[in-house]
Amino acid sequence: MLQIKNLYVNVGDKEVLHDINLHIDDGETHVLLGPNGSGKTTLLMTLMGFSNYTVTKGTINYNGEDVTNMHANERAKRGIGMLFQRPPTISGLKLGKMLTAISRTKQENIPELAKSVHMDKFLERDINKGFSGGEIKRSEVLQLMIQNPDFVMLDEPESGVDLENISLIGTTIGTLLEKDKHRANRKKSGLVITHTGYILDYLDADKGHVMCDGQIRCHGNPREILKDIKQRGYKECLECRHT
Amino acid sequence: MPSHITTPELSKVDQERLVQSGIDLDMKNRCGSFLQMDQDVVHAECSQEGIEVLSYAKAFEKYAWLKDYNWKMISPDKDEVTKYVAAQKDPKGYVIIAHKGSSNILPIQACLFLGKDQIQHVHNIIIAEEGAELHIISGCTSGAHVGKGGAHYGISEFYVKKNAKISFTMIHNWSENIEVYPRSASVVEENGVFLSNYVCMQPVKKVQMYPTATLKGANSVARFSSIVIATPGSLMDLGSRAILEGVGASAELITRAITKGGTIISRGHINGKTAGTRGHLECKGLILKDGVIYAIPEIEGSVVGTELSHEAAVGKLAKDEIEYLMSRGLDEDEATATIIRGFLDVKITGLPEALQKQIDASIDEAEKSGF
Repeated sequence: MLQIKNLYVNVGDKEVLHDINLHIDDGETHVLLGPNGSGKTTLLMTLMGFSNYTVTKGTINYNGEDVTNMHANERAKRGIGMLFQRPPTISGLKLGKMLTAISRTKQENIPELAKSVHMDKFLERDINKGFSGGEIKRSEVLQLMIQNPDFVMLDEPESGVDLENISLIGTTIGTLLEKDKHRANRKKSGLVITHTGYILDYLDADKGHVMCDGQIRCHGNPREILKDIKQRGYKECLECRHT
Repeated sequence: MPSHITTPELSKVDQERLVQSGIDLDMKNRCGSFLQMDQDVVHAECSQEGIEVLSYAKAFEKYAWLKDYNWKMISPDKDEVTKYVAAQKDPKGYVIIAHKGSSNILPIQACLFLGKDQIQHVHNIIIAEEGAELHIISGCTSGAHVGKGGAHYGISEFYVKKNAKISFTMIHNWSENIEVYPRSASVVEENGVFLSNYVCMQPVKKVQMYPTATLKGANSVARFSSIVIATPGSLMDLGSRAILEGVGASAELITRAITKGGTIISRGHINGKTAGTRGHLECKGLILKDGVIYAIPEIEGSVVGTELSHEAAVGKLAKDEIEYLMSRGLDEDEATATIIRGFLDVKITGLPEALQKQIDASIDEAEKSGF
């Protein structure tokens, strides 16, 4: 589904990502771990096509098509979607209006979907204005439910969310990623940034990667990597130069 | 049910312009109408019990006491505009009276249509007696072919009595060669509410106005909301003023201004003269193409216990907001329009649905032409 080759990315004049290589197959969910400031969000924003993130070298291939230079909306139309960690507040734009605008089929029952993530009372509120951490994440999940992407990127879906809502968000994201289907029948893929690993209880992740200083340093079983990091921190990862 | 308004002498294009300025010729969602074309009053009626819509001349024939409401809030010597209107031997315009306890949910529409090269003058008096509730939509427009241009001079005096409410929604739909000089003032008594809404999304040569609400009564309320777009060549010098005199009086002055190359001067003044009064002034401006948005918010408090605040911001569309919507599948133009739409979306508390829809429809019309 997604193939990243020798990707270098600048934010402004500064090179932030160096030689990223990543392959995610249909139906797979990968986890991206790494210390703060290591470049994880930069990678997701680059994959989504935000203009502040300039690819200076390398390619992003999605479903056999080179999307490296495509605008974000063209990528979204091809099935790429993202849950933002800190989405912008848009004054005056009501969440309900936005959901109607992004609905591709115009068939979705927006009030019902909103109710399922406890956001039905927010449809007339300005998007993200005064939302708590958990409300932002539920709003993001709701937008993704309507967008229904094939490749879902999740930037710290559990940050700022209380334990009760992690279960709701986790289960809903699990459904988006077809975790309710048998592994062989899953087509949707995901790339998840997490620090705590709580979200992994719902996502049944296939592979894990550790990013340090803008490079992916190692790959492996996500739970094992997380266990190592919990025990030893990122110190060894930072020192490790093997990829 | 009031009758359908016939305007046989108007072309289809001009009838469409009336509709765009909020006039419902079929009268489906209106309880009364006043239509003045140039200096001719063509229609004045109201089917709502307790509410009268009269031409200025007829009203003064009928009610001698109206002299107590004539030029009481605005001085005829105030400026060239008021002098011109005061000098007219045959004054035009309308008088709307909501008698004690009456109310209308379907608004009254007042339409002032300028079809020839000239100065159209009106003097309007609007009275909501004790406990009455009165909703008015005023659509002001000009013919599609007003040769060299024209001007509209309008005096409006609003009287909101004890426990009464007036909402006045003015939609301007002029053209590049028209100058408009409304002069209006209102006085609001105890527990009275005055809502004044102004929408101008279409080109105009010049608009200059500074309506003033004097909140005399205890717990009286005034809310001014303006939603405007200035196209190249348009000069919009807009303001609103609230004078807080009654204990517990409060005012809110809200402006959303967009320039696409024109000039907007957004003035505002709240004067808190009594303890226990509150006022907030807010002007948000978006510069889409080089033009001018000049916000001049003034708050003036002279006693302990008045609370006044203001907030003014002028900026551009935020790239991260546009790209956020693009990441959900909207193209750049759709994302931009969606954000502008949100920016202009001022929901006005206490406004009947039909009027809010009319404001939304004006924004829809502007959106169709790509803002």
